[in-house]
Amino acid sequence: MIRLENLTKHYGSFVAVDDISLEVPRGVLYGFLGPNGAGKTTTLRMIAGILRPTDGRVLLGGDNVHDNPMPAKMRLGFIPDRPFVYDKLTGAEFLRFVAGLYGQEGDTVERRIAELLEVFELASWKDELIEAYSHGMRQKLIISSALIHRPECIVVDEPMVGLDPKAARLLKDIFRQFVSRGGTVLMSTHTLEVAEAMCDRVAILQHGKIVADGTVDDLRRQHRAGDATLEELFLKLTGGARVRELVEVLGDAGGSA
Amino acid sequence: MRQPSLWHVLQPKWRTALQRLREERSRGGSGKLLLLIAVGFLFWVGVYGVLYLILKHVRSAEELGPFLAAKILGLVLLSFVTILVLSNVITALSSFFLAKDLDLLVSAPVDWLRLYLAKLGETLLHSSWMVALMAVPILAAYGVIYRGGVVFLPYAVLTIVPMLVLPAVVGSAITLILVNVFPARRTRDLLSIIALGAAAGLILLLRVIRPERLARPEGFRNLLDFLAVLRTPTSPFLPSEWATNAIMGYLRHAPDPLPLILLWTTAAALVTLGAMLHRQLFATGFTKAQEGAERFVRGKVWRRTLGWLLTPLPVAKREFVLKDIRLFFRDTTQWSQLILLGALVVVYLFNINALPLHRGEPVGFFYVTLVSFLNLGLAGFVLASIAARFIFPAVSLEGRQMWLLRSSPLDLRALLWSKYWVGTVPLLVLALLLTGLTNVLLQVGPFMMVMGLVTICGLTFAIAALALGFGALYPQFETENAAQIPTSFGGLVYMMATIALLAAVIVALWQAVYAYVRAVYLGEPVVVDAWMIFWFVVAALLCGAATAIPLRVGLRKIESFEF
Repeated sequence: MIRLENLTKHYGSFVAVDDISLEVPRGVLYGFLGPNGAGKTTTLRMIAGILRPTDGRVLLGGDNVHDNPMPAKMRLGFIPDRPFVYDKLTGAEFLRFVAGLYGQEGDTVERRIAELLEVFELASWKDELIEAYSHGMRQKLIISSALIHRPECIVVDEPMVGLDPKAARLLKDIFRQFVSRGGTVLMSTHTLEVAEAMCDRVAILQHGKIVADGTVDDLRRQHRAGDATLEELFLKLTGGARVRELVEVLGDAGGSA
Repeated sequence: MRQPSLWHVLQPKWRTALQRLREERSRGGSGKLLLLIAVGFLFWVGVYGVLYLILKHVRSAEELGPFLAAKILGLVLLSFVTILVLSNVITALSSFFLAKDLDLLVSAPVDWLRLYLAKLGETLLHSSWMVALMAVPILAAYGVIYRGGVVFLPYAVLTIVPMLVLPAVVGSAITLILVNVFPARRTRDLLSIIALGAAAGLILLLRVIRPERLARPEGFRNLLDFLAVLRTPTSPFLPSEWATNAIMGYLRHAPDPLPLILLWTTAAALVTLGAMLHRQLFATGFTKAQEGAERFVRGKVWRRTLGWLLTPLPVAKREFVLKDIRLFFRDTTQWSQLILLGALVVVYLFNINALPLHRGEPVGFFYVTLVSFLNLGLAGFVLASIAARFIFPAVSLEGRQMWLLRSSPLDLRALLWSKYWVGTVPLLVLALLLTGLTNVLLQVGPFMMVMGLVTICGLTFAIAALALGFGALYPQFETENAAQIPTSFGGLVYMMATIALLAAVIVALWQAVYAYVRAVYLGEPVVVDAWMIFWFVVAALLCGAATAIPLRVGLRKIESFEF
């Protein structure tokens, strides 16, 4: 469903994403992991058609996002990490506007808006300006907007940030159901417990390159990690030794204070 | 605990400013800087030149000269102080209550006085730099005409600095009190309306009292009346009056230390009082500032009216237009500028009506035609300024939401299309009103009426396209305040391009108008011949090119944006 071929992105001399190739099949929830600055957000934004790759291509359902964007983007729902929306629209108006961008209108859209706002407990806020929404409520609204046109695949950057436990649980259930019905989710997250519990497969990104990918069991086998948790595996692959040193330094500082 | 220095508290601000300069330079912005300096210098020279000529003329009047010069300076400084108070009130709201660095500063162990002085300094700088720059050519003209010498330079600085501090303290204090009464975001809305309403009122008032009468003393009943008007200070308690007395006293070689002492001691006293007020009220005000503005809105009106009218459009375009209109009318800082616009249109028509063209004697056909024709350029310039304010920022304002537009299957042409028409239609109505009413007031013939209306339509389409195109070429995605976007470098380039277009169209049409005037003058029938048609076509081609090219370039630029 989502296919990255030799995807590369340079910012001047800095290589943010370095020749990544990845295949996310239909009906799979794929976790995209990596330390800060590894290139996760840049990759997701290239998949969503927001950034143009320096090299390589992104295919969504066989259509190139950059050469044939309309059919490719019709299949996609994108949820960014920073919920910038139009503050002076109401929640319902925003969803109606997004539906319009996908060419949808009428009673079906109105029913869908009511449905989504109900599910995310925003129904009583639907006629209020978004500027009055909390961070979590904005995040819920953006998630609703990504689902409004019934996409075939969802690309989501840090979905759990700002969500209350109930909404986080709801989102996990929605993603699992979405995948069980044949949808595809590519999700970047720092919450490794979430990734371990939810994702069918994961890819670990570091310095713009994929350093490992497969199921969590595959990764354990590949790196001879026994029963290690995903967190331990992640630290091993991305420089856990340094983290331990840091913990020791901070421990000393706390002791001397 | 040792407190950080003021310099340290303000460090993120000046470092950010320096970094922006560096980035600009590394992007090859030296050319931009040079252009800005050149335009600024030209503006200075213009202001200096006009005032120099006025003061030279005024100085030649032995008795009245010094009074008239002092009166002009007093009026200029009074308008500066008025503008400064309004501007400081609005700036203080951002710097003291809404700025992003406040959470960090308020949660850090920075004492209230440092915070007050740092934020007061920031407010002062942001709201006064333009006035301070504007004062340079004005004071230079006074210094040169009255032979103030080199020492006049530090003396003028010594006089102007406290005059800038006072409105900053007063403005900040007004904001502090208002925020304690209303939530900050509501206060911002309220202030936008009050400030623009006051500015509109001031413009109307200044025009209605007809200041040009001062230049015609023969209009007064006798010399004593005129002298009385000149001698009366606006108010002996106004800092602008003290500054005027200090400067004019020095220039007349009769320096009086009292106005300077008044300026400095009042500034010091007000800063102290302001700090005490800040200590008492800031914490409560800052807490209130975290409250939101109005929450509930009635949004169905647009959907039922305009939404219904736009039904034939594809859904994406329709929703885009509706969204843009809603955002405009829900943002008080945006729609409230219509008040100012209304006042400017009234003043514009008032000025045309006040022209001494219809004073009993037979109307000079040539002058009426000339004014009507040149009015096209003037109206075009007014439309360009309005487009700079309302259409130029359109693309920049989408910046933060571009993730949504770029990840959806929206054709970016639809975005540009809706932005273009949402801006062009009201501009066109205004353009037709300005030109049509002016021509009616001037009582022009049908030829000039039709030519004027058709030309202004063509110019409006081009001006809106240039505004949108240059807005896309020079986007300001980081600026949250739409009012700051047109004052950027891109805004300057847009205005220069528009003025060039206006000049080109006026020059092209002049050939046709000249043929028309000559025919009427010689009593021949007016014939629209090949020569006239050729120049009409040239003007139409200019407008067409200035519409199509910027839209195409703008679209290409939007397609290449990366976020």
